[in-house]
Amino acid sequence: MKLKKVFLDLSVKSITAFAAFLILLMVVIIMINIIQGGWSHITWEFLTTAPEHGMTKGGIFPAIFGTFLLVVIMSIFGIPIGTISAIYLTEYAKQDSFLYKVIRFSVNTLAGIPAIVFGLFGLGFFVQFVGKGMDNVLYGGEMLRWGQPNILWASLTMALLTLPVVIVSVEEAIRSVPVELREASFALGATKWQTIRKVVLPNSITGILTGGILAVSRGAGEVAPILFTGAAYFLPHLPTSLSDQFMELGYHIYIMSTQSPDVEATRPIQFATTLVLLALTFALNFSAIFLRYRLRTIKSKFS
Amino acid sequence: MKDTHQNELLRKKLYLSDRIAKFVVTSIAVISFVSIALIFLFVLREAFPIFGYTPEVESYSDQELEMESYGEEHIGIEKDEQKASVNNNQVQQSSSEEEKLKLQSIWENIFSTTWDPVSNNPRYGIIPLVVGSLKVTLIAIIIAAPIAILAALFTSTFAPKWAKEILKPAIEILAGFPSVVIGFFALVILASFLQNVFGYQYRLNAFVGGVALSLAVIPIIYTVTEDALSAIPRSYIEASYALGAEKWQTALYVVLPAAAPGIFAAVLLGIGRAFGETMIVLMSTGNAPILSASLIDPVRTMSATIGAEMAEVIFGELHYNVLFLLGSILFLFSFTVNAIAEFYVKNKLLRRIGGTK
Repeated sequence: MKLKKVFLDLSVKSITAFAAFLILLMVVIIMINIIQGGWSHITWEFLTTAPEHGMTKGGIFPAIFGTFLLVVIMSIFGIPIGTISAIYLTEYAKQDSFLYKVIRFSVNTLAGIPAIVFGLFGLGFFVQFVGKGMDNVLYGGEMLRWGQPNILWASLTMALLTLPVVIVSVEEAIRSVPVELREASFALGATKWQTIRKVVLPNSITGILTGGILAVSRGAGEVAPILFTGAAYFLPHLPTSLSDQFMELGYHIYIMSTQSPDVEATRPIQFATTLVLLALTFALNFSAIFLRYRLRTIKSKFS
Repeated sequence: MKDTHQNELLRKKLYLSDRIAKFVVTSIAVISFVSIALIFLFVLREAFPIFGYTPEVESYSDQELEMESYGEEHIGIEKDEQKASVNNNQVQQSSSEEEKLKLQSIWENIFSTTWDPVSNNPRYGIIPLVVGSLKVTLIAIIIAAPIAILAALFTSTFAPKWAKEILKPAIEILAGFPSVVIGFFALVILASFLQNVFGYQYRLNAFVGGVALSLAVIPIIYTVTEDALSAIPRSYIEASYALGAEKWQTALYVVLPAAAPGIFAAVLLGIGRAFGETMIVLMSTGNAPILSASLIDPVRTMSATIGAEMAEVIFGELHYNVLFLLGSILFLFSFTVNAIAEFYVKNKLLRRIGGTK
């Protein structure tokens, strides 16, 4: 009886531990493989030059630049909207009001919609509806400028995709601002909006930053939403206007590893590009984790 | 006197700005809801023409003929006009019958088992794509769910502190991998490795896609399960210990059942993610729209079909609409799964844990 118990105890423990170990193993294997495959190919030249010889040689600078542009434009739209939505959810809305429930449900749903559906929406709404509409108004439908995939529509699609990330993160930060600070502000005769602007927001700036970084990291890694809203296989020039198409790191990986004429010959480029993308998202994620950690220590100081 | 007047003005200004701020903040917060509604509307809108899909060119020429004959007949004798109107009716009837036939055939086309949209006789059978999505999702969940749930159980009950401190960042790293990176890993390394181990014929197939997809699903199931496990009141566990139960008995017979709704939600959310995930399956399943029961045949999922074909399609064509139909199915599926997960868990968990407090 005793022996059976000990055996069961050990086996339950070791099975669960093995599952945890498997996850760890997978992460390590992926990391090692990609670092091994790409490390030797990453040079300064690779990062700063454009692809050459029909994309079989040269660097990935346009893709890095395009990714950068994409996340910047995305942030310009996504972070303010996300922050203000979070302010509404935490400061203004009553938790049992209908509008609160609707918005809460919308945010959760938005987080669960597949990325490819966002891509379809970007194509159907931004490109076909808004873009074509703009062309009709601006150029009388004679010129096709906005009614085709471009970086603006791709960024807006991505902003929508990353909106829940920003909202959840900012909400957490705003909730961590102690009620006493708000009450002190009210006691001094400040209005609600003054309190939010001068007390709540400055105290949750780390949270807003964290949310922004997480959104950027997510946006830099997603490819499905930009497949047909603006990403291009190869462009001889960098994008100069919002109505230009652009190259992007993730899309570059996808296209190079599945559709380039000589897939095997460009393996080092593919690995190196993957490594660059991975390094980028890691750097972003780690800074977000660090900021959040700092936020929590500050919070514990307050209480 | 002047002072109080100025104060009054200031108060009014502040009151006004407060009201404006509230209004602006509220209307921006509504954007989330509006975008859900717009996504719903526009994805379905682009799929909608399928319902009205009729041989437009033919019926149009029919109408033109009608008009012409009517015009001619009008000048002639009344009897002839009557005849003509009868004729017209017949024409209309027959054309509507024709439409019905074509309409039937478009749905028959869509629910057939051949997906071949770019041939002379385009076939839009979505059955192999739906089956492909289900197959890959099933494989991914069968692999991911046990691993993630057991690992979560490990961290919440057995793990020493150092193990937790390694595992948590590892999960965050796994969650942070862009899906295109996992797809690339599956395409280049995992596919060859699995082929060497199992020795099947096709390098890229449903199994590889499922295994790769499980890498993306594990973090979700793990995180939600962990939340559910840690939401269990401490008193449950202590009561179990007090009755003389061992740690593993508590874990299996108290902690797991109490967290069951949360774990169910975790698996549901994992299914939702796996079903809609695009880049991983696009790169690792071989993308052949074959209908088969075998797990080691190449498959093509709905999401991968959209991703691969949308860029080359002509806007407004039937092919374009069918791809949006696939998108609508994905959207409605994920919407339903999320809604079930949210409401089910909220109700169940609240009743179970909140009720006993």
